[in-house]
Amino acid sequence: MELDIKRLADIRGVSGQEQDVRAYCRDLVSGHADEIFSDTIGNLYAYRRGTQDGPVVMIAAHMDEVGFLVRGVDKEGMVHFANVGGIVPAQLPAKVVRIGPSAVPGVIGTKAVHLQQPDERTKPFDPKNLVIDIGAKSKEEALKLVKLGDQITWDVEFGPFGNGLWKGRALDDRVGCGVLAEVIRSGDYACPVYGVFTVQEEIGLRGARIAANRIMPQIGIALEGTVCADIPGVETHGQVTRVGRGPAVSFMDGGTIHHPALRRLIVAVAEREGIPYQWREATGGANDAAAMSLAGAGAMACAVSVPCRYIHSPVAVCSESDFRGAVRLVRALVESIGRGELKV
Amino acid sequence: MQTKEFLRRLTEGVGVSGHEHHLSSVVLEALGPYAHRVEVDALGNCIAVRQGEARGEGGGEAAGERVKIMLAGHVDEIGLMITKIDEHGFLRIAQVGGFDPRTLVGQEVTVHGRRALPGIIGIKPPHIMSEDERRKAAKLEELFVDIGMDAAAAGEVVSVGDIITLSRRFIELHGDVVAAKAMDDRAGVAVLLECLRRLSQMRHEADVYAVATVQEETSFGGAITGAWAIQPDIGIAIDVGHAGPGLPGPDAMELGKGPAIAMGANIHPRIHELLTRTARECGVAYQDDVEPAATGTDAWPMQISRAGVATGLISIPLRYMHTSVETGNMRDITEAGRLLAEFCARVDRAFVEGLRWS
Amino acid sequence: MKELIRNFTQAYGPAGHETQVCEVIRQAVAGYCDRTSTDALGNLIAFRAGTGEAGGGKRHRVMLAGHMDEIGVVVTHIDEHGFLRFTNVGGVSPHVLLGQRVEFGNGRVGSIGTERVDEIKDLKHDKMFIDVGAKSRSEAEEWVSVGDVATYQRGLVEMGTRLSSKAMDDRIGCVIIAETLRRLKSCPHDVYAVFTTQEEVGLRGARVSAYGIDPTFGIAFDVTGMNDTPNLKNILNMKLGGGASIKAKDASVVVPPKVRDLMVRTARENDIPYQLEVLPSGGTDTGAILLTRAGVPAGCISVPTRYIHTPVETIETSDVEACVQLATKLLEGPLEL
Repeated sequence: MELDIKRLADIRGVSGQEQDVRAYCRDLVSGHADEIFSDTIGNLYAYRRGTQDGPVVMIAAHMDEVGFLVRGVDKEGMVHFANVGGIVPAQLPAKVVRIGPSAVPGVIGTKAVHLQQPDERTKPFDPKNLVIDIGAKSKEEALKLVKLGDQITWDVEFGPFGNGLWKGRALDDRVGCGVLAEVIRSGDYACPVYGVFTVQEEIGLRGARIAANRIMPQIGIALEGTVCADIPGVETHGQVTRVGRGPAVSFMDGGTIHHPALRRLIVAVAEREGIPYQWREATGGANDAAAMSLAGAGAMACAVSVPCRYIHSPVAVCSESDFRGAVRLVRALVESIGRGELKV
Repeated sequence: MQTKEFLRRLTEGVGVSGHEHHLSSVVLEALGPYAHRVEVDALGNCIAVRQGEARGEGGGEAAGERVKIMLAGHVDEIGLMITKIDEHGFLRIAQVGGFDPRTLVGQEVTVHGRRALPGIIGIKPPHIMSEDERRKAAKLEELFVDIGMDAAAAGEVVSVGDIITLSRRFIELHGDVVAAKAMDDRAGVAVLLECLRRLSQMRHEADVYAVATVQEETSFGGAITGAWAIQPDIGIAIDVGHAGPGLPGPDAMELGKGPAIAMGANIHPRIHELLTRTARECGVAYQDDVEPAATGTDAWPMQISRAGVATGLISIPLRYMHTSVETGNMRDITEAGRLLAEFCARVDRAFVEGLRWS
Repeated sequence: MKELIRNFTQAYGPAGHETQVCEVIRQAVAGYCDRTSTDALGNLIAFRAGTGEAGGGKRHRVMLAGHMDEIGVVVTHIDEHGFLRFTNVGGVSPHVLLGQRVEFGNGRVGSIGTERVDEIKDLKHDKMFIDVGAKSRSEAEEWVSVGDVATYQRGLVEMGTRLSSKAMDDRIGCVIIAETLRRLKSCPHDVYAVFTTQEEVGLRGARVSAYGIDPTFGIAFDVTGMNDTPNLKNILNMKLGGGASIKAKDASVVVPPKVRDLMVRTARENDIPYQLEVLPSGGTDTGAILLTRAGVPAGCISVPTRYIHTPVETIETSDVEACVQLATKLLEGPLEL
């Protein structure tokens, strides 16, 4: 089956509730790996044995997205929610969300501007006062529609955008999952490769830590959707990445100092294959590479990302050519590692 | 030992994070009679193990195949440590674990030097404070402990690195309500006793490791190393949860309504399901606790130990957490112990195999 | 020992890029151990087998840890005029950078400049840049690239019995370990002297090397704060000249009291000057070792240091000497808790 990036991006899976994403990813890699299995936290592993014993390569992309959870229902039937992962309060007001397995719609409403005092209008909304209105009039009525712990996601659909761009909800990190699926479904890898679709990355790299402990790789590659701020009001040196300039290669982030030898190899492979690439020009934010590099007695780790404008907001934007470039780059990188071209 | 007496001895005892060895003998004395073996590990976790019944005939299951449940209640308390004895004999202090410094002002403390000494946490009297100072909350660096000695005398009995605890007796309030320091999380350790005592009268397949963990308040160190050594299939943390008054939202837990059973990313859904189903089947009243991400308990490190542990969390409702008057209800503790015992008795290999996702 | 301090502190080795200093240290210790190796994160491990005779006591696998990495600044962007934008690697204060020179691994030196900032307290890294003398992006790219890291410029200064240099944190800890290995005559325990990496960004090297070694006892060596310069108004006990600092607690660890007591006893029995230390903020490799696998008794011997995380970190040589003596006596003994 072909990768349907729209389907992958639209599946709802907040950290801790990735089961539907896992099911689709399993379908994508079925028949393309020697072993496919899961574990108790919900990671999905696709193992390709290769033809030699090492180096063992783990490639991680996370299935979970940031979102919310139902934490209570009040007597007026309003749903109280809690953040799962990093969402800034400014994103919340006046949005439509979907709750639970039946995707019950709700709105995060705010006081009409007509009713606000002048000084209220300039202050940010206090997230503690925001609730979701599902149209219920009482606690009992609401609890017929939603339950405690139900996941809540933005109501946004994936689709084409502008010139060769995509817009969608959970591009961080469904684009990474898409790259991983394509890498597992193609390529000629002599070294053993574990493609791991991880869970709960957004709340502390939880799935990747467990997967890395199980696998104990020598090399870890994280595939991410990353910060991209090529927008008005941001100086060039603060943009981090730019849409359309190719996959972004990291040198350091909040959890890893990417191994210099691995970084050099990525650049060499990109140049040899004629794949445009850019640096991820920032050091903040951690990802599954940190979990892989610190497992057991340690691993060399790196990260390759697809730039996504507006990550951790309801709708993000990325470039299809960056995505395709990332697939080519990672595939060529793992093939190169399998040929023994990584020199420490 | 009765549970309330155990709780009293624990909460009146001294066991600041990293210094829990003072409580080992009380813990082992209480849990020992209901365990097949006890041990104290490298970091000081006290572990009481109940072996389960071997499955099937012949009972020749290899050790590695046994189903293991780890129950974790942390025995360490937050406290203070002497950083410096100043030239007048006053002691400067640092936190061990998270205190609200505002609650420390004017407290009576015990300084554990060569002997236990009474002390008072002092601050500038309001009469000589500026307007500004009076309005601002006290910072830990401005606080000091007065033990009523000059520097030379102080140097004979205390030294840098000595720990300090709040002086507070276990208080029985009305009904089943009690107040003490360190109910976080000695209430959880008391639950371990309730659980083991009942389990010793029940049949269970799983090996149950009841662990009074150390250093939860500073680094989760006891749960990290303990889970690594035990390699459990299931890890249940028993901690305390914030109970009102004064909490926002429709979801705060209440004293006397039973233990809170957590759900969320830190909790395996099937563990939550078995805990809640067991509670309903056994008539244990319980409350829901939605935890979106990190729970801030031993369940957090246990979940990612090695290749993963299926985790659960039970919380005893507690008012005024991290103060010297943490207040809870004994019935919540005994009911939590009953729930856990029934849960452990229901865990078998088939259940554990069902924890792995497809 | 002064030459050792000079060689170690002057070497280049910011977190994640420790290969140069690793080689300097390796050469210094090769003659005093059985073999050296490096691991996936670049930790340098010098192994020395013990004699096994501890009077019937336990033969420990002891891990010593001193971190090789220093703080620095990493290039995030090269602008069209050849100015380098950067951010910090480890705790580098923007205010300390004002007026400094920084040096890259290939020897290239740059000056720190800043945009206009009206309130000095608002100064942050993203308002600053490094000027390496390039007139264009392409010229700059001949010398440096995005991802390269620079450290404070070098220079060791002697001031009586005090020494001042960049990277005392924690090359002085590495010196103590190297000098201990040199002086160690008869040690019953197997010693793994680990010169760790990436401590400044989260104790990372110590964590993986401790896992790989699986020690039964750990001793870290690092710098610590002090309270003997004017009006610090802090609550620390330590001072230069007070001797080897024996740690009770820092932000990463509560040292097991038995380990701390063993160190105090050993210092007393051998007339080694010592002081006790609680450091409320600031973590060390000690915490990483303690939480390895099923738990490891671990402590820390520290050198009180002035002006930590500046180019002029200052230590007292008699304190360093006391640390070496304490470490040596501990290792020669049974390490019994």
